[in-house]
Amino acid sequence: MTAPDTKLDQTGALEHGDPFRTQRLRAMGMLLGQIVLGIVLLLFWQGASGRMVDNFFISNPLDVGARLLGWTLDGSIFAHIWATVYATMMGFFIGAIGGAVLGVWLGVSPIASRLLNPYLNALNALPKVALAPLFVLWFGLGIESKIALAAVLVLFLVFLNTFAGVREVDQDLIDGARLMRATRMQVIVKVIIPSAMSWVFAGLRISVPYALIGAVLGEMIAANRGLGYLVQFSGAQFDTAGVFAVLIVIALLAVALNFLVDTVQSRIERWRIVSR
Amino acid sequence: MIDLRHVSKSFHKGRSVVDAVRDITLTIERNEIVAVIGPSGCGKSTLLNMIAGLYAPSYGQIIYKNTKVCDLNTDVGYMTQKDNLLPWRTVRDNVAFPLELAGVGKVERMARAKEVIDHVGLQGFEDRFPNELSGGMRKRVCLARMLLYGAQPALLDEPFAALDAQLKLSMHDLVLRLAAENRQTVVIVTHDLMEAVTLADRVVVCTRRPATVAVVQRIDLERPRDVLNVRFSNDFKGYYDALWERLRLEYQEDRV
Repeated sequence: MTAPDTKLDQTGALEHGDPFRTQRLRAMGMLLGQIVLGIVLLLFWQGASGRMVDNFFISNPLDVGARLLGWTLDGSIFAHIWATVYATMMGFFIGAIGGAVLGVWLGVSPIASRLLNPYLNALNALPKVALAPLFVLWFGLGIESKIALAAVLVLFLVFLNTFAGVREVDQDLIDGARLMRATRMQVIVKVIIPSAMSWVFAGLRISVPYALIGAVLGEMIAANRGLGYLVQFSGAQFDTAGVFAVLIVIALLAVALNFLVDTVQSRIERWRIVSR
Repeated sequence: MIDLRHVSKSFHKGRSVVDAVRDITLTIERNEIVAVIGPSGCGKSTLLNMIAGLYAPSYGQIIYKNTKVCDLNTDVGYMTQKDNLLPWRTVRDNVAFPLELAGVGKVERMARAKEVIDHVGLQGFEDRFPNELSGGMRKRVCLARMLLYGAQPALLDEPFAALDAQLKLSMHDLVLRLAAENRQTVVIVTHDLMEAVTLADRVVVCTRRPATVAVVQRIDLERPRDVLNVRFSNDFKGYYDALWERLRLEYQEDRV
């Protein structure tokens, strides 16, 4: 989300004497503003709690912080984080690979894609969360059912993007490669897949939060560890501070995952970056 | 080498039919440079697409080396109007792409790519991506790529239209030298008469759409030609004026 902002800053700053210095100052100013806003919101929360709204419903930052600190010190939170991260990552990879393979395969086989079209549409329209009970039946209460739920959510998103990307490949590039005696396999590997890569990444990018959603939801339905379990458990105990503490951890996790995807994407798509 | 026999091509767009090429009969000999010239949008590119086998003629047939062209003709090197470079590959990897497809080892591939990149004057740009280059440079990358794998015959679709005058001259020089070295058969589509007369053994003037052959002119200027000075000779002027007279008709009819 920061990339477009800095680019605007660059163009705006060009008119000034030292564009890089101006740009740095602006970026720092913005960061400062963001920190101040955060502090103000926390103070407001702290102030409102117990005065405007019952502490029971919204807890307060100090209690939430204490809960986070306590969980960190006794180490109990890490097992939950690890369970969720593991389910998210495994679900993400399985879903991503499955979706990409399916997308490329159907993208290059018009007959298969037309044949399967209505069924895929129906499956896609189905709220995947409704599959959770089935996954619990199939894969048990362990982490496998969470992985399955995350994977299914990711699979459809990545599949749809990959499929669209493969369909968008410039026919001239394919013809050109074929005239240079590329085999069908070479056309797929060296032209179609790299060309669809930015679409695949768009799919991966939007599916990261969904992998987390799948994992957390799975844990909320039936589990004995994981952040989803913890938020459910805290809620059941009427422990509002605990619920907020877990939410913060989940949000941080989501941000970290997005950052990871961005980093990987910029490595792989250097040609797109350098052109800017 | 390439034999076009009563070739016609119509495109169907919904209910309307557009005739792009009508009844072209033309033989292109081995080692010959043929320039096809005509008004923009007259169907010249369609002709090249059919020679490359990208699509079949509606009527007539195209014979390549005594066999009918039915599928893609992978012998040809086709430099399309739009540069078909792979945007995620650097200049070097784009140029080496055909060799990579043929399974040539990396070391040899890179060495040969370097050679042709130097040939088209792009040394120092090997690690750039296509979208970092100007239109003219991209054209030169395409040319280098085609040179590298020695495709025969070469089909060039307005290859130098985007280049400035000086660069165009040096590219003409390059094409003539390479054609002589490799005994290259070249079919070049252009709307630049100067280019056509400078390069070609024969110039084929096409009418406006649907394209048919209006006149075929043999250019008997001696080779090797000096691309800079050949245009100032009297013979050149004679060919140029005669062809221009005929070509002008096509543009005039256009206006009526």
